[in-house]
Amino acid sequence: MSRYIPVTPQDKEEMLRALGLAGPEELFSSIPAKLRGKGEIRIEPIKEEGKLKEYFLRLSERNKFKDKKIFLGAGAYNHYIPAAVDYLAFRSEFLTPYTPYQPEVSQGTLTATFEYQSYMAALTGMEVANASMYEGATATAEAALMALRIRRGNIAVASSLHPQYRQVLRTYLEKQGVEIREVPYRQDGRVNLEELGKIDNLSAFIVGYPNFFGIIEDLASISSILKQKGALLITSTWEALSLALIKPPGEFSAAIAAGEAQSLGLPLAYGGPYLGFFATMKKYVWKMPGRLVGMTKDSREERGFVLTLSAREQHIRRQRATSNICSNEAWCAIRVAIYISLLGKKGLRKLALTNHRRAVYAAGLLKEAGFTLKFSSPFFNEFVVDVGMDAGKFRDRLLEKAIVAGYPLGKDYPELKNCLLLTFTEMNSRKDIEELVKEMEGIK
Amino acid sequence: MKLIFEYSRPGKEGFHIEEEKGRETIPQELLRGEIEELPEVSEREVVSHYLRLSVMNYSVDWGFYPLGSCTMKYNPKVNEAIASYFTDAHPLLPEELVQGYLKIFKELEEALREITGLYAFTLAPSAGAHGEFTGIITIRNYLEDHGEKREIVLIPDSAHGTNPASATLAGYRAVEIPSDDKGMIDLDKFKEALNERVAALMITNPNTLGIFEAKIREIADLLHKAGAFLYMDGANMNALLGQVKVADLGVDVIHLNLHKTFSTPHGGGGPGSGPVGVVEKLAPYLPGPHLEEGEGILRWKNGRGRIRSFFGNFLVLVKALAYIRELGGEGLREVSEVAVLNSRYLRRKLEGKFKIAYPTETLHEFVLSDETFRDRISTLDLAKRLLDYGFHPPTIYFPLIVHGALMVEPTETESKETLDEFASAMEKILEEAEENPEIVKTAPHKTPVGRLNEVEAARRPILTWQEYLKTSG
Repeated sequence: MSRYIPVTPQDKEEMLRALGLAGPEELFSSIPAKLRGKGEIRIEPIKEEGKLKEYFLRLSERNKFKDKKIFLGAGAYNHYIPAAVDYLAFRSEFLTPYTPYQPEVSQGTLTATFEYQSYMAALTGMEVANASMYEGATATAEAALMALRIRRGNIAVASSLHPQYRQVLRTYLEKQGVEIREVPYRQDGRVNLEELGKIDNLSAFIVGYPNFFGIIEDLASISSILKQKGALLITSTWEALSLALIKPPGEFSAAIAAGEAQSLGLPLAYGGPYLGFFATMKKYVWKMPGRLVGMTKDSREERGFVLTLSAREQHIRRQRATSNICSNEAWCAIRVAIYISLLGKKGLRKLALTNHRRAVYAAGLLKEAGFTLKFSSPFFNEFVVDVGMDAGKFRDRLLEKAIVAGYPLGKDYPELKNCLLLTFTEMNSRKDIEELVKEMEGIK
Repeated sequence: MKLIFEYSRPGKEGFHIEEEKGRETIPQELLRGEIEELPEVSEREVVSHYLRLSVMNYSVDWGFYPLGSCTMKYNPKVNEAIASYFTDAHPLLPEELVQGYLKIFKELEEALREITGLYAFTLAPSAGAHGEFTGIITIRNYLEDHGEKREIVLIPDSAHGTNPASATLAGYRAVEIPSDDKGMIDLDKFKEALNERVAALMITNPNTLGIFEAKIREIADLLHKAGAFLYMDGANMNALLGQVKVADLGVDVIHLNLHKTFSTPHGGGGPGSGPVGVVEKLAPYLPGPHLEEGEGILRWKNGRGRIRSFFGNFLVLVKALAYIRELGGEGLREVSEVAVLNSRYLRRKLEGKFKIAYPTETLHEFVLSDETFRDRISTLDLAKRLLDYGFHPPTIYFPLIVHGALMVEPTETESKETLDEFASAMEKILEEAEENPEIVKTAPHKTPVGRLNEVEAARRPILTWQEYLKTSG
């Protein structure tokens, strides 16, 4: 008997007797006989807890990256997570409830989610943010779908949007019969505004902010072109910490600011669970996907929180819902709320500044060592460097020195096959950066 | 309750960061200052704030949580400990450095294939609905490659709302099939609706009434003959482990909910994970990426498009694999056996005083209607009063085909004593509805807050603290 099942053999007998059944197999008599009884699962149990842990510990020992110095970003970022985040988030009360359908016993989740929504609205400079999407790519795809509900037309996307996000957009939009137009980047790594200007019948334009090369786009110019066309601006941000330093999408009349909030208190965890964020303006709130928490009062006239505007959602509107999303990343949103609460107004900006200054330091050293930065535009905490040879091979050689030197761009951008995307966070010390540059110089 | 913003005062610090020397290269006009809306709070206050919030939540670890079709079973603690071994790998690390991670994907895929009898799985979908979308576009990819332009997905009226929403997202038109008087798909109506424009039927089995769709094999054969596919929503898989192989039912595509059947915590609404399994002929049409093994090394290979960044909700996958490895085949079989036993036992205890929506035999869950109490109290009243008795109520007002529905799924992780206590509380509330209906109608009375005004919340939405400050002057 499993330790998770508190029903004893004697209980089972009593219960079967109460049901008038001769044995447990009769519980399944509503399944046609020809389908039943062939379900045997051949998996050996590991019943002792210590042995189970041992099994997974052995698996984890096959990983070989702990001794490496890693300069990877490209959609997932290694940031320090304060101890209090795990300590609070792992409380059973946050980790083990369901969606807060009964608000009277869910004020913990609801209040923290309201705080999260407030934080994301502030960070993006928008008016409202939802309670979470799966991750950055689907949040961006949902943003495109929402834009199409506001204004029919084509969707254009910067070719410097995260390559995986572009693939996901294609998956979501091609099923709706919507055409996606790609807008190339200029020599300086920013969106080619002339090309953008040529696209007609545009519903929305989606741009990475910062883009996949780490570059901070000129949203003011993009926004004014889109305004002339009556098209919507959608920004997608996968390094959410950047928004603590650079002007937020809301200041450039963005209609939707979507992206990935992993940076703000979630571990790398080999890609998930992460947290899609989604913010927009009040006038579009009924077009939004996902859950929303709103403030109200209870029967005692006290402040309280509930899920609200749910007539947009699948459990009410079914095929006419704004999205099919149901389970989301609620617990991750609570982590982000705790994280931002700890860092606060001053800490978040300071941390963003640290990230930027580390990257600037690295760029300076690389230039001194004779490397060329591919693009001249301003960056946040990652940038593209031309290494003068196949970047994948270059990175392999640094791996021999226990360094993972960023992300080779050739697979996604053949014209950049000699380029690496290098990322620097507060976790990459100046000493490590110096070592990286020294080793890079040695290969050059 | 105070909000975190109400603890804020200039000069408080919740986390210390040393000033980094150096310079900025971002032009001044692109920089923002400190974000005024963010608070300044000490760590001590942040911790007590969220601790106080947490204790206002009901949770599975606290007690009985019989939400139908949600499978709120106990979440084993060792799984959390094991997941903590796997938190720090960057998803773009070279594969040879993360073979331990990749082995977990591989083992879980193999385990799910063994459990369902299906040919191939993708572990990428982030939740059940994401799995539905993934499964339906897999079918669509296949059909399109075979020059077929079908436009309809059939969905029974007892289905979860995500089914029609996912079909729509995949570019299909959802057409509803009514249930018959047994609570199963109306076979005649299904046959009438089936034609060469139908791409698939999405079936939940057992369905949301807890009833096994006994004609599923016949339905599958009809679909296949018409060139269409059978999609199974595996939300209720907790009823079937070790009893049937899904592949034997004629199912072509299934999504499983690891956060239901395989014990990973719901986290107040997520993260979940919704792996999708398919039969052999659909395998090449699954979105990617997929693992491939060569020379003893596992590597990622592109699939047919992509449905999210990276590879899936990895930590959820680890926990589910730990659960499957601990229980093994026999343990999983026992899970379903006791889940059904508990449900049937509780149904028996309640069916004297409450009306069971359909007389048909049920498996892991059952649905009550409000017939025996609707003249005195509503289903909502009853649910709120259950909170006073220390229980989370069942799913209410779903499925939509049952008036004032209460959908009860006890799961296998509850004791007979708990079921008996819950049944007593339900009966006690019926008595109260006779003798003192006011106490039920004004419930809950013992919760951290009173009944919340949801109408007001929607009429004048306040969705951020900033908005609250504006409206409250």
